[in-house]
Amino acid sequence: MPITRDDLERVLLLARLSLPADEEARLVQELGEVLAYVEKLDRLATDDVPPMTHVVDIGASLRDDVVSNRPDTDALMANAPAREDGFFRVPKIIE
Amino acid sequence: MSLATLTIHELSQKLRQREVSAEEITRDVLGRIESTEGTIHSFITVLREPALEAAKAADERFHREPDPNPLLGIPLAVKDNVITRGIRTTAGSKILDDFLPPYDATVSAKLRAAGAVIIGKTNMDEFAMGSSAENSAFFPTRNPWDTARVPGGSSGGSAAAVAADQCAGALGTDTGGSIRQPAACCGIVGLKPTYGRVSRFGIIAFASSMDQVGPLTKDVTDCALLLEAIAGHDPSDSTSVDRPVPRYSEMLAGGVQGFRVGIPKEYFISGVQPEVERAVGAAIRVFQDHGAIIEEISLPHTEYAVAAYYIVATAEASSNLARYDGMRYGYRARGRDLTETYTLTRAQAFGAEVKRRIILGTYVLSAGYYDAYYLKAQKVRTLIRRDFDEAFSRCDILLTPTAPTTAFRLGEKIKEPLQMYLSDVFTIPANLAGLPALSVPCGFDAAGLPVGLQLIGRHFEESKLLRAAYAYEQATRWGALRPVLESA
Repeated sequence: MPITRDDLERVLLLARLSLPADEEARLVQELGEVLAYVEKLDRLATDDVPPMTHVVDIGASLRDDVVSNRPDTDALMANAPAREDGFFRVPKIIE
Repeated sequence: MSLATLTIHELSQKLRQREVSAEEITRDVLGRIESTEGTIHSFITVLREPALEAAKAADERFHREPDPNPLLGIPLAVKDNVITRGIRTTAGSKILDDFLPPYDATVSAKLRAAGAVIIGKTNMDEFAMGSSAENSAFFPTRNPWDTARVPGGSSGGSAAAVAADQCAGALGTDTGGSIRQPAACCGIVGLKPTYGRVSRFGIIAFASSMDQVGPLTKDVTDCALLLEAIAGHDPSDSTSVDRPVPRYSEMLAGGVQGFRVGIPKEYFISGVQPEVERAVGAAIRVFQDHGAIIEEISLPHTEYAVAAYYIVATAEASSNLARYDGMRYGYRARGRDLTETYTLTRAQAFGAEVKRRIILGTYVLSAGYYDAYYLKAQKVRTLIRRDFDEAFSRCDILLTPTAPTTAFRLGEKIKEPLQMYLSDVFTIPANLAGLPALSVPCGFDAAGLPVGLQLIGRHFEESKLLRAAYAYEQATRWGALRPVLESA
């Protein structure tokens, strides 16, 4: 199925992305080509094929519920674009 | 002869015999980087001072340790999506331009514990999305064999650095061929281990069900040594597998007498450069001459692999890259409200290919499309895995070209995403099935560009791949040829 400009707008909102108008037109075309290419999968009958969940089945990996990392707030927050008193500073969410 | 041209095992021997010091080696390699980096552009960050300090520390360890690790004092490069404590790590993206990791990836910690000298962080396609290193947000890397051509990708910086003797060996990551294809393009050895063999803790995630870390090296012996150093179970990565790590470097001899080598006919298709086909054909005869049993086999779902891969990989990428929201680390733009802040942050700091893949991944996962795309692709993945199970019931290893062509020109495919994706047509199936696969040099085309031979093995049978590649390397020595570089 061909992708439309509306599809792209919907996806851009979901992905929290935006594109300049001229790039949107190009992307609609490029994505259309990629989607047309992946349509070849429809030629395969897969009703009775289980989807792959793990390539190497090792079961669930569990460990005891104990703290294994040392708290080092300063080091962990050192890359924050904005911070204050051990908190991340972010734009206001509620008006 | 310059120390920089030597392999890891050659350098290690010289260090043990006290013929040279780690500091001399590191200085020589830094000198090589200085004289060639203006031409090749392998590194996003060169770690001159930290490397010299690590080399001096290694020299002190040589005095204390009677049986030093083979990586002690060896200068290695690390791809820039492998996090390194306190050392800038960008994943080739503007969104992580000034990111200083607060901890080490498990593989970084293992290299440091072994006493390796981390000489720099290598250039790559942004978030490992690409096959040419042209999608780096910083600059493209050049192929040391012909600087008008790409080194392959996404681990293009690591491959070029090894080929240009800017390091003794390097780490890369491989999600759809990102170690093997650049290794082929640059005439070196590259191995993608079995999914779960090497810890992914601290690897900046692209497609988590396929990402693996692996070595890029000047020969097969080095590849075994480096794999030995990074493999093993890690409680911090729930997909890493708790199995003993074999001493790969001690299992190289023995040859391929009686090895059942499968040649999948679907890998010898139109569109493969004739010189690549000829070089791989000659390699098949070398295996035959050394006692291997050659058998044509079929992997019937091969032609569906790229399509399944681009659904699964983009879906996982769109989810993994949702974390780049400008709040806790990385670039942040200023918007009027939260949604606009997120949107501008991501729109300004992600490159074109990353956006393209996030958009495709978000689309295939979105309501109403999930079954048609993602579920379908995961089912096709099962079919591809079954093809391999069937082949490995009869064969020890499979032999194919690594890539359909030798290194292409800069700019040649960057405007055609689908053409770029098809450079990974022979490497992607091993990622979809979680299998180990390596690329070893097998000749040159008429333009003097290296050709790569791919060997694919059963899960956790890296030792068999390395043994076959070693036998081939000893018989041919293609990998001993190095590019001639004019100093910049």
